[in-house]
Amino acid sequence: MGSITLKNVTKSFDDVEVIPQVNIEIRDGEFVVFVGPSGCGKSTLLRIIAGLEDVTSGVVEINNQDATTLPPADRSLAMVFQSYALYPHMSVRKNIAFPLRMAKIDKAEQDKRIETVAKVLNLTDYLERRPAQLSGGQRQRVAIGRAIVREPSAFLFDEPLSNLDAALRVEMRLEISELHKKLGTTMIYVTHDQIEAMTMADKIVVLQAGVIEQVGSPMELYDKPCNKFVAGFIGSPKMNFLEGSEAEKYNAHTIGVRPEHISISAKEGDLLGTVGVVEHLGSDTYLHISCENSREQMIVRANANNGFKYGDTIHLTLDVKNIHRFNNHGVCIYETP
Amino acid sequence: MRAISNNRKALNTAIALTLGLFMSFPIIWILILSFKSELDAIGNPLQVLLSSWTLDSFSTVQGRSDYLKHFSNSVIISLGSTFLALLVAIPSAWAMAFVPGKQTKNILMWMLSTKMLPPVGVLIPIYLLFRDYGLLDTRAGLVIILTLINLPIIIWMLYTYFKEIPVDILEAARMDGAGLKQEILYVLTPMAIPGISSTLILNIILAWNEAFWTINLTASNAAPLTAFIASYSSPEGLFYAKLSAASIMAIAPILIMGWFSQKQLVRGLTFGAVK
Repeated sequence: MGSITLKNVTKSFDDVEVIPQVNIEIRDGEFVVFVGPSGCGKSTLLRIIAGLEDVTSGVVEINNQDATTLPPADRSLAMVFQSYALYPHMSVRKNIAFPLRMAKIDKAEQDKRIETVAKVLNLTDYLERRPAQLSGGQRQRVAIGRAIVREPSAFLFDEPLSNLDAALRVEMRLEISELHKKLGTTMIYVTHDQIEAMTMADKIVVLQAGVIEQVGSPMELYDKPCNKFVAGFIGSPKMNFLEGSEAEKYNAHTIGVRPEHISISAKEGDLLGTVGVVEHLGSDTYLHISCENSREQMIVRANANNGFKYGDTIHLTLDVKNIHRFNNHGVCIYETP
Repeated sequence: MRAISNNRKALNTAIALTLGLFMSFPIIWILILSFKSELDAIGNPLQVLLSSWTLDSFSTVQGRSDYLKHFSNSVIISLGSTFLALLVAIPSAWAMAFVPGKQTKNILMWMLSTKMLPPVGVLIPIYLLFRDYGLLDTRAGLVIILTLINLPIIIWMLYTYFKEIPVDILEAARMDGAGLKQEILYVLTPMAIPGISSTLILNIILAWNEAFWTINLTASNAAPLTAFIASYSSPEGLFYAKLSAASIMAIAPILIMGWFSQKQLVRGLTFGAVK
């Protein structure tokens, strides 16, 4: 059991309103990712769920019971911190055992559970080491081990991968996803990295300035963003936005097209531009194109061997079926023009 | 090049030694005087150095006043007040470091300001309180007063050590099901051990050497070594040799303890300065 509901939750630090008002419903077993630029209140929201921050007003329910004033220790939630927050004076074994010790579980059962967790996380050989003697990835695994060992009703992750190098980040991402499939426990994951959000989540909550912009599955957000912010935030490279005459053709204030929904040609097309930097990724190539209809450079995802190079003239054609239209408030228009 | 730098090194060593000798001269002189007869001790320096050595002063001092009684008083008072103060200071410093309120900074400053008050200014009220509560010349009384005297410094020191501990780790403990007591006992205290032990050592030294209150609030029963030294400077005249012997007997234990805990003390006092 691990359902979590926030009802009309607000949070202010002194006079600064960080979260104006938030309502979220998280079902048991869901993998939910809170994503947004730094300072958008996603970590504060997680800390409110954890009980490390009080709400200014509103109700936090865990398993359908009011937990608003419950101390963190009594919420049966486990948290993995960005800094790992391992106990430096304890061995890995004792770190993992700590929650069990606090729950007064007997020694034999403790050892059994530690062995199981260590096996799952490949930590068996490191149980007697101190955190200082471990690599970043291993420390992260110990932090996860400490969280899963007491079988909480939900896991909270606060940007757990941001201190790891790129290769390790991809690896740990997979491990966490796999863990979720294996355990089936509710997970709430905070990140500023939309790739982590897209790859791991069942449900993404996009936040900006303490306000929920959109909630949905990764593909929902990608295919049907409800406003310009979400459209620009989700997807990499980010969506291209065009205003003015090009947008008016589609009866909109602004139109957005993802880099993969633009086709290129040396001879003909809707838009004319000049090729800037060409980024070869191997499988794909990203072309940065200066275009007279767009203030910013447009990015096009093209085949690896497209033949264009810096300074070439290029014609672009937008894929009409995949154009997103926005009104002058940046809100998406969905009815057909 | 090498020769020059060696010469320089030798010069530096010589200067350092001279300075060290100069600064520790009073202590060395006390040490020498304590092994002389009363008559030799007041002679000119040459006479002092060339006269015969004797343990008479030590045995007279021991015969006249019970050294061991004063020694045990000192031990009880300095250890007792230090542990009592730590018991109060650890939770207080925890609160100020991790859940500061709007007035925390002011409270810290106010506590420190009490150390600026000349003790003699509050001697009479405290003396009267001690008299009324029957605390005069008791070890319990001295433990209480020294706890209070040193509490501000202990809280300040612990506060700065605790500030160095990442809050994340304490929050992790809370998430792991630790209550306040377990958090302080199993996570904060073990992590702050270097800081706490240097606070402990420094405070034992401060309490051991505290003279104003110990002399004014005791007569004989609870008198620690500071009062024991003071009793050798009397209106009948100074007895240099005996005074020196008493001083040596009083400072030797704390000097030896300080010597052995030197490393810990320095580490603690510079904690956080170098990461």
